[in-house]
Amino acid sequence: MATKLKEIDALVIGMGFSGAILARELTKAGLNVVGLERGPDRNPAEEFTLTRLRDELRYVVRLELMQDNSIDTISFRNTPDELALPVRRFGAFLPGEGVGGTGIHWGALHWRFLPTDFRIKSALAEKYGAKSIPESMTIQDWPVSYDELEPHYDRFDKLCGVSGQAGNLRGKPIAGGNPFEGARSEDYPNKPVKTGIGPAIFRDAATSLGYHPFPVPTATSSAPYVNPEGITLGACEYCGHCNRTACEANAKASPNVNVMPVLRTEPKFELRTRVFVTKLLYDKQAKRVTGVVYTDMKTGEEYEQPAGLVVLSSFVFGNTQQLLLAGIGEAYDPKTGKGVVGKNYCYQFEAGGEAFFEGREFNPFMGAPGMATAIDDFNGENFDHSNLGFFGGGYIACLNGGAPPIGGRVLPKGEPRWGVGWKQAEAKWYRCNTRFNTQGSVYAHRDNFMDLDPTYKDALGRPLVRLTYNATENDHKMSRYLVEKMEGVIKAMKPTHYEVHNRPKNFTIVPYQSTHCTGGTMMGSDPGNSAVNRYLQAWGAHNLFVQGASVFPQQHGYNPTGTLGALAYWSAKAITEKYLKSPGPLVHA
Amino acid sequence: MSEDTVPRRKFLLGAGLAGTALAAGLAEPVEAQQPAPASPQATPPAQEPEPFVTLTALEAAFIVAAVDTLIPADELSPSGSDCGVAIFIDRQLGSAWGGGARMYRTGPFMKGKPEQGYQLALTPREFFAAGITAANSWTRKTYGGKEFDRLNAADRVAALKAMEEGKAEFEHFNARAFFTQLHGITMAGFFSDPIYGGNRDKVGWKLLGFPGLPATYADKIDAYRNKRYVADPQSIADFS
Repeated sequence: MATKLKEIDALVIGMGFSGAILARELTKAGLNVVGLERGPDRNPAEEFTLTRLRDELRYVVRLELMQDNSIDTISFRNTPDELALPVRRFGAFLPGEGVGGTGIHWGALHWRFLPTDFRIKSALAEKYGAKSIPESMTIQDWPVSYDELEPHYDRFDKLCGVSGQAGNLRGKPIAGGNPFEGARSEDYPNKPVKTGIGPAIFRDAATSLGYHPFPVPTATSSAPYVNPEGITLGACEYCGHCNRTACEANAKASPNVNVMPVLRTEPKFELRTRVFVTKLLYDKQAKRVTGVVYTDMKTGEEYEQPAGLVVLSSFVFGNTQQLLLAGIGEAYDPKTGKGVVGKNYCYQFEAGGEAFFEGREFNPFMGAPGMATAIDDFNGENFDHSNLGFFGGGYIACLNGGAPPIGGRVLPKGEPRWGVGWKQAEAKWYRCNTRFNTQGSVYAHRDNFMDLDPTYKDALGRPLVRLTYNATENDHKMSRYLVEKMEGVIKAMKPTHYEVHNRPKNFTIVPYQSTHCTGGTMMGSDPGNSAVNRYLQAWGAHNLFVQGASVFPQQHGYNPTGTLGALAYWSAKAITEKYLKSPGPLVHA
Repeated sequence: MSEDTVPRRKFLLGAGLAGTALAAGLAEPVEAQQPAPASPQATPPAQEPEPFVTLTALEAAFIVAAVDTLIPADELSPSGSDCGVAIFIDRQLGSAWGGGARMYRTGPFMKGKPEQGYQLALTPREFFAAGITAANSWTRKTYGGKEFDRLNAADRVAALKAMEEGKAEFEHFNARAFFTQLHGITMAGFFSDPIYGGNRDKVGWKLLGFPGLPATYADKIDAYRNKRYVADPQSIADFS
């Protein structure tokens, strides 16, 4: 029997970027807020220190900061007619766990979506005719425009101390930036990070081909910076170690560094860690949630925590699972196309390559995840899709994110992987290669979705989320096109040798590909096409606000976190300025 | 006994690494530039071999033979086991990870398709035990009754190649999956921080030219553009 606790003003479930931002904005509005986090607390001053962080085995190989699959995982199958089996250890994607969530180990590539991305279905229909969109491609316009989100993108840029080169400042083109980006109200808070050798050669080659290269925006401050919360960030040291872990210099943005220090001293905020929320308490009649039930993993005790307002800000899978379990919104059925919860699961379709420059010295261990040059010429509607046979696209980048010795080595095809001659090959190629990536969009498909697994359960006895997902013909055509363009730039870089890698036909749950999972509780214009409205308020429960990439109607050709953070501020503004004054639906269905 | 002289000889080779690395132009550790102090004995005292704590004797023999085949001694490094890789594997399989920590181990267990990833109930430690048993049973059948560690060097290479290519037909075990895991953990041992038992004397890092922990490169990126940055690599223990 759950012990019933005293009602509090607001609960935040999941303390990643969205959760931390919402907790901060709600306490500023005067609410008493409790943050619930199923993982441990992660205090940078204690945990993210040297020499502890410089341990590739601990963080990159053994995945110390990632979700504990013995407690909770998902099941997976490629198609609706297959039997889903549990993911026993995550591989393709790596959701984080603990305070900071996935916002600790992310690569900090910090993008905005294109203005046309937010109205992609309309844009395609206008340009190519409504009939050109296949029936199976269940894309939707976002219920919010780029212009509406822009001030919130700007706030999130400043929170994170983003480094970059503006390409469009209030409508005025700026040389050296991304000419395709939506208008920015203000410049980036910090200048771009340094350009590595590979990315510099890429820049020159791309320019020679008539493309428009620019430094990738990154949430890694290139210089000491004080963010609007009054927190001082350090400058990136280009240590090349922060992939899958944190930054001891406090240069790479994370909820732990950029927001939590303020919340930790805020009397209106209380953090409870190692507590696992098992269900949302839903009053369907009243169209509101009354609180949550959680198990304290440190004591085994079960509690009911009533709350006036609930923010659901776990990862894509957790958000979807909570709505499905509570029955908030109709579960999606791919056979009929009816229902919304679990619909439009999307991913990032990333293909890449590497180029070798024999005899050159790249010092590849000097790097930062955002030390990259990109072109955006083949993203979204930046190029004409007439007669291409696919929609979507992505940016193409040359990256120098560091080269840790276990996972950061790459050899040309034909070189031995072990035995006689292998070490000589490593010694020859390690220091003279550079990597490429295409950040392909995934436009939703009818058969890619999430529901509850009929067999497998988590450690708290709840059914796992069952993910049904495969790459589509559109994805493959889009990706092959991007790879072809990428190969053109690589050739112009004149490497000794290069390789490009198209994606295999079927999506596989291992090895690592991208943690850019999206959808499941998408936002939209009415309850028939979405789980939450334009302010991320659940259609079925007016005091429930769902945050994170689970609200994306589809995934575009950029890393999702920039948009995720902008949406958090956008939603927080609606809650604090509209909802709290007059609790009820902010959009009338 | 010739059996004993082989590891001894390899140990000496390992001890001389700083010199060979210098000769190969890899790293110039400060201590390597100084003449070695005169020693009253021609050979340094023999180091006690580290005991295996997880693997059985038969398993340990397999792992030593396997890592020495994957990482043979040459001018760039001593053999895998002399670099501590077998000890690394022993310790990893005995760690929480080796015991299946943070792994979803609830049934029913079913084979699934390759796209669905690892679906066995076995922990990594159990997986290696089963894999070694299956590999030895296959080499006995294929190479005249001999376990893998009793094969000559050429046959060991051929046997691992057959596993890698999926041509070795293990009974009731996936040879290719076993090779993939074996290769992966061997590389992790050769390149991870020496604190875990492998990468002894940072040979893996020296081989690559990886500087290890100290990594404040903001002032070095431009200074070392197209120029090799060389530093004596430093590990966690160097700061402890």
